[in-house]
Amino acid sequence: MSEPKKVQGDLVLSHITKSFADFTAVDDLSLTIPKGSFFALLGPSGCGKTTTLRMIAGLEEPTSGKISIGDTDITYTKPYDRPVNTVFQSYALFPHLTIFENVAFGLRRRGIKDVDAAVEKVLGLVELAHLKNRKPGQLSGGQQQRIALARAVVNRPALLLLDEPLGALDLKLRRQMQIELKWIQTEVGITFVHVTHDQEEAMTMADTVAVMNNGKIEQLGSPADLYESPKTVFVANFLGQSNFIDGVVESTDGSNVVANIQGTRITFPKSRKNASGSALKVGIRPEKFRLHDPGDNTHGNVLAGGKITDISFTGVSTQYLVEMPWKQELVVFEQNDGGAPDLVKGDPVTLSWEPQFTFALDGASK
Amino acid sequence: MAIAHVSAPDAPIAPEKKSKKFAYILLAPGLLWLLIFFAFPLINLAETSTKTPAPTFETGEFVQTFRFMNFLDAFVDNQEQFYRSFIYALLATLLALAIAYPLAYAMAFRAGAWKNFLLIMVIAPFFTSFLLRTLAWKQILGAEGPVVSTLQFIGLMSPDGTITATAFSVIMGLTYNFLPFMTLPIYASLDRIDYRLLEASGDLYANGATTFRRVTLPLSMPGVVAGTLLTFIPASGDYINAQLLGNPDNYMIGNVINSRFFRVVDYPTAASLSFLLMATILIVVVIYIRRAGTDELV
Repeated sequence: MSEPKKVQGDLVLSHITKSFADFTAVDDLSLTIPKGSFFALLGPSGCGKTTTLRMIAGLEEPTSGKISIGDTDITYTKPYDRPVNTVFQSYALFPHLTIFENVAFGLRRRGIKDVDAAVEKVLGLVELAHLKNRKPGQLSGGQQQRIALARAVVNRPALLLLDEPLGALDLKLRRQMQIELKWIQTEVGITFVHVTHDQEEAMTMADTVAVMNNGKIEQLGSPADLYESPKTVFVANFLGQSNFIDGVVESTDGSNVVANIQGTRITFPKSRKNASGSALKVGIRPEKFRLHDPGDNTHGNVLAGGKITDISFTGVSTQYLVEMPWKQELVVFEQNDGGAPDLVKGDPVTLSWEPQFTFALDGASK
Repeated sequence: MAIAHVSAPDAPIAPEKKSKKFAYILLAPGLLWLLIFFAFPLINLAETSTKTPAPTFETGEFVQTFRFMNFLDAFVDNQEQFYRSFIYALLATLLALAIAYPLAYAMAFRAGAWKNFLLIMVIAPFFTSFLLRTLAWKQILGAEGPVVSTLQFIGLMSPDGTITATAFSVIMGLTYNFLPFMTLPIYASLDRIDYRLLEASGDLYANGATTFRRVTLPLSMPGVVAGTLLTFIPASGDYINAQLLGNPDNYMIGNVINSRFFRVVDYPTAASLSFLLMATILIVVVIYIRRAGTDELV
């Protein structure tokens, strides 16, 4: 029975690299996760996010670099000596133990007194106290997920790791659990580090999201910050959809940048430019575009000469594909609130958007 | 949609009926086999067990007198071999478990690319007959064999010492012969354990030893129960090992039954002993399974 040291503080990863025989999963990654925050590591499969999580849990050793919580170096600490608990992707509940004993497992190993009260309390928190004598095999996926969470939370770790915790649940249950997880995190005040490939899940729950790609962090920030001001094309496309139009900077006029995109002059605030050279990739989110009949009054930046090539109804909004004179197809979302003109395939349209929604990236950005 | 609604009422009944009938068809060959080669001989054996020698005293002639005292007589006359059978079988089972568990564990969790090779090595003895292998051990451990002469040469054994014709060699033979039956079920249940459960245990403050005791061992219990049964049951009825590697002082109940049937031609005693052995094993097994409580494992 080992009692993990009372460790508190921010989780700091410094220059973590993890190489396997033929590839580098995590490449010189440095990251600080503030105590008490809900942090998401977001990225496509194979980006190194799960490997990062396993190194924090102690299930993998970094090839180089250092992991610490507060002032305590835990880089080579055994998993059972770390104040870290994990909610596994497959839940990994012990099939031979009851729900009660599953949740009590960590407490018993540390020789904690009054296991009953602690387990009852956490089972109440996940609203499954009535199932405590069942075996995991008798529970639904959503219930198993909550037990996996309860089994980790009951230990009051300095850090709780969640490895794609909602991946196996259906959409409706996932939405519900997202809200519950967020609520539980606020309730218990433990630092949550959440790994997911689901951008919606990351944005719904986390205070801070780090977008990972090829073993590196592409961008880190609040969900709104990442969505509104992506710094790379990868981030812009991984979080939602984006339209990119090639352009060049023409001049700087006070606090605004004037740029030429495919023969049309547009402006946007200087703060929206994240590029050093004059070649730009000008990004506009599909929902920022407005559709107009040619000749209508417009406001902001305007792109004329479009033609509707496809319309799909998605419920809250309608998605239009608009072919521009330079043969690029742009995606436009319009709310189904009666604001957009009635359009059919083949109709000519003009697009407009407010300058502050533009984000300009370096022309070479990927 | 409309079609689905119309056919819905009788749809759930038909496949069930069909699958039940199909299940009986699948069971038929096995049931027939058991009836001919297990049930009939068993009834015949039961009938023989209460017979007494015919008034003519001709060898092999018996008449049915329903003498149930045959069972008691058979037990009283052969108590020693009876107890010995179960003690030897128990020791062989424990020994086999002690050897097989670490072996199966290594194969399941540590062998990596060697896994299949080790599996073949475990199964390989089955490629030659049980009898031949036991005879080979008789040669190896015999008075002129390499083991005895080496031990005598380095002075660890007296010049007239033997390994064969001892309880040790009989138990060793039983352990050796039934080791694969112990190893394979344990390996199968260990191999099925989700490695993430062991990671989860470590994550929940259990070190290696505790993880083994609290997670690995309980999850491998179905294999341990199967392996011990597959070793204990045939070992307690075995007579080849005692005959080839032991002397009459090491004879087990199987040797007695064998000689009653084929040498002395005392069919009723042999049949009574067979029934006693079967009944004892059945009781031991039922108690064991109850105690092990593996039916709770999902």
